[in-house]
Amino acid sequence: MTTPGERPVGRGELTARELLRWTWRQVTSMRTALVLLLLIALAAIPGSVVPQTGVDALAVTRWKDEHPKLTPIYEKLDLFSVYDSIWFSAIYLLLVLSLVGCIVPRLFVYARASRAQPPPAPRNLSRLPDHTSYETTLTPDEVLARAREVLGKRYRLRPLVVEEAEQQPSRDPGDAVSAERGYLREAGNLLFHLSVLVVLAGFGIGGLYGYQGGVILVQGSTFGNNLTQYDDFDPGGLFTPQQLDEFDFTVEDFDVEWLTSGAGAGTARGFEAALSYQQGDGPRDEYDLRVNHPLSIGDTDVFLIGHGYAPIITIRDGEGEVAWTGPTVFLPQDQSFVSFGVVKAPTAKPEQIGLEGLFYPTFELYDGDPVSVFPDALKPLVSMLVYTGDLGLDSGESQSVYVLDKSKATQLTDDDGKPVRLDLSVGETIDLPDGLGSVTLERVDPWIRVQISQTPGKEVALLGVILALIGLCASLFIRPRRVWVRARTVAADDGGDTMATTVVEVAGLDRSGNGDLAEVLTDLVAVLKNEKESHP
Amino acid sequence: MTDAAWETLSNQAVAVAGLVYFGALLVHLVEWASLRQPAKQEAGLVTVAAQPPRPADEAGGGAAKVSERRTPAERIAFLARLGFLLTCIAAAAHLVGLVGRGMAAEPNRVPWGNMYEFTISGTFVVTVMYLGLYRRLKLGWMAPLVVAFVLTTLMVAVIWLHEPVQPLREALNSYWLVIHVISAVIATGAFTLGGIASIMYLVKMRAGDEATGWLGRVPGLDALDKLAYRVHAFAFPVWTFAVLITGPIWAHEAWSRYWNWDPKEVWAFITWVVYAGYLHARATAGWKGRNAAILALVGLATLWFNFIGVNYFSSTSQHAYASMEAPTRLVSTGADSASYDCTDAPTRRC
Ligand code: HEM
Repeated sequence: MTTPGERPVGRGELTARELLRWTWRQVTSMRTALVLLLLIALAAIPGSVVPQTGVDALAVTRWKDEHPKLTPIYEKLDLFSVYDSIWFSAIYLLLVLSLVGCIVPRLFVYARASRAQPPPAPRNLSRLPDHTSYETTLTPDEVLARAREVLGKRYRLRPLVVEEAEQQPSRDPGDAVSAERGYLREAGNLLFHLSVLVVLAGFGIGGLYGYQGGVILVQGSTFGNNLTQYDDFDPGGLFTPQQLDEFDFTVEDFDVEWLTSGAGAGTARGFEAALSYQQGDGPRDEYDLRVNHPLSIGDTDVFLIGHGYAPIITIRDGEGEVAWTGPTVFLPQDQSFVSFGVVKAPTAKPEQIGLEGLFYPTFELYDGDPVSVFPDALKPLVSMLVYTGDLGLDSGESQSVYVLDKSKATQLTDDDGKPVRLDLSVGETIDLPDGLGSVTLERVDPWIRVQISQTPGKEVALLGVILALIGLCASLFIRPRRVWVRARTVAADDGGDTMATTVVEVAGLDRSGNGDLAEVLTDLVAVLKNEKESHP
Repeated sequence: MTDAAWETLSNQAVAVAGLVYFGALLVHLVEWASLRQPAKQEAGLVTVAAQPPRPADEAGGGAAKVSERRTPAERIAFLARLGFLLTCIAAAAHLVGLVGRGMAAEPNRVPWGNMYEFTISGTFVVTVMYLGLYRRLKLGWMAPLVVAFVLTTLMVAVIWLHEPVQPLREALNSYWLVIHVISAVIATGAFTLGGIASIMYLVKMRAGDEATGWLGRVPGLDALDKLAYRVHAFAFPVWTFAVLITGPIWAHEAWSRYWNWDPKEVWAFITWVVYAGYLHARATAGWKGRNAAILALVGLATLWFNFIGVNYFSSTSQHAYASMEAPTRLVSTGADSASYDCTDAPTRRC
């Protein structure tokens, strides 16, 4: 630590400190704030053009496949996760720094200023851009008393005592009223900027401690809230598994209300999943999970975000044993809900059996091609190709349940060498050739996809924006201004009679620079004069 | 009335509104055109009338001259009033069009299920705000600009964006959405008005403050700046409410994430930040006036780009109400699971 006098302060040190101070002043200047704001707007743009991992991972993969040359460059620039990137964070951290540096000193200034009295009237009121004056027969004291009364309702007044104590010989004693209003504007502005920090804090908490998980559940199945049950799980950096609320729920029933006529025919209007759930050891409750109506259990929210069909297919092998049975989740390919799925029976004897194909909710042959004419499961049909041999499941490598590894498998063909295709309606069984077994479509159940998430800090963020909005309105709509009224006796020397009249000067300053001060002054004068008329 | 009848009524009402707006525009253009003549005539008259000191006070020949001189001014005032009245009538038809749209849906709903409806709602707000503030902010000079804007946008909506009435998708069926869209539409209308004032600020700045003709009727630079500021100062908190409060609340209920950096959200944020910049600029030395006006227009551009551009150029927006056809995206997640969304929103993962 160097204190002046301990040793001579070097030149370099001085300039270093000055440089520091200069830098700080630059960082916290209004102009820097403005430039940083524009910069962050600009920096946000790439994230809306390039697909973002956090928004749509599939789109990112697709984009990367299409642009193999650009991909490495984009990856270096973090263009697939702009809002977590170093450069984006840098800008907003600078902005936060600038904000803190700007707000903290202003808080102190405001704390002092908010208790301050309106400054005394300038000597020459007519020098102010907005001023007016008139003459009256009332005495200055009467005029000033009236002005105090009128202005006192909505303005803070400079107390009389102080005004007299400060009087200077050159000035008439207590000849003016000084008034000021709109102190809350600055308070609102400070509140707004502070609330921006609160919002960022709330946002940050959510990102660090929250998580998002997704799972597909076939009607009738139960979800217990622990990590192994999620299909995908995306925790924040500081998430711990102990945060998971203890609950389970069962999808008792799922209903879609399809529009069958009109312009929207074939689109769904309502989705409703009847859940029964239990929190900890609590009682079992019911909830109708719908879009826009998430289920909240403890700190966790459960959202209904998708649905589809899960045909229940049974495969019997060549020895007549059930090699596989159960609902298989088929993934919708498009709005028609034609869905793709894979069934694997690795234990089938003599050979493993794999099925791959499409599910048609309302099957129809159109020019010989299978199509689905309606997304509801009115006339369901699965149409599968059959593979046998090594399905690649024995290697121990993990495999997606939605993909059939056909690299070592052989496709079943009929006597003409055409692929065997199984077209199964509900309840139908088809025997496989060569005594391999048979395949049955038992029924079709719906599945739903739910998103399960914790977003701690969302209340903080919400409170922050609401406070920010209040502060913003105060800051934008409160018009701070100062008004002075001065009354002085002048000797009217015309005519020889020394008649004394009073000249009243009214002037104001609008500190927001956008008020209609002239009107305010005119009104004030009218009120002041009015009194004269009512007291003849 | 049947739904089909309501839909027809709505289409006809919008067509009538368009026609009457067109009439209003013509009237205002005639008004503008005649503004040029009196300026010339007056200039001529001043030289002629230079000898008699106060022609207005004189009788006889002087009076004839006076009446000749006052007619154009009266005519202009009449045209202005007529244009205003026509705009009011058009706005009434416009409102019928909106109500009809909502009544035509089964069940009845707010009229912003798609871009056509959003556009006719947005233009309606522009008109209503203009009419409402006409007197208070003396917006007479703005008339042809506002009417031309509304008419053009309405035509674009009818020709390119029109879609038959459809029920609201379930994700859009939320009262948060109603509040969200109402405030977004109001803010959009107000920003547009403010933007017109800012454009005129820049135009007038180039032409010089003492320009004649119709530019002479446009308020001075100071007044324009103040007007633009007042309108923006109104719009900004409304926009804040729309995109930073109700939007996230709705998104949280529908998609489980209150803010997800979806392109629509990104652009709403960009717009917000640019307008925050505008408000800063007005308080920053060297950025006042011209630069602030330019920033306001940049803000307006981002606003309209978000509304129109993002829907066409971005394939990743979840804001399905804006898409022209129902999205047909298959969604995959980390576990290779995928789903067709109830919310028309892709499932998200990081
Ligand atoms: C996150 C960044 C920021 C945002 C979003 C933001 C936003 C705003 C907004 C919307 C206003 C207009 C409302 C009003 O007039 O009170 C405003 C005003 C203001 N801001 Fe900021 N601001 C930010 C950062 C800063 C910083 C870093 C500074 C200091 C250098 C600053 C200083 C001011 C001042 C002094 C005003 C009042 C301007 C006036 O008197 O009209 N702001 N800000």
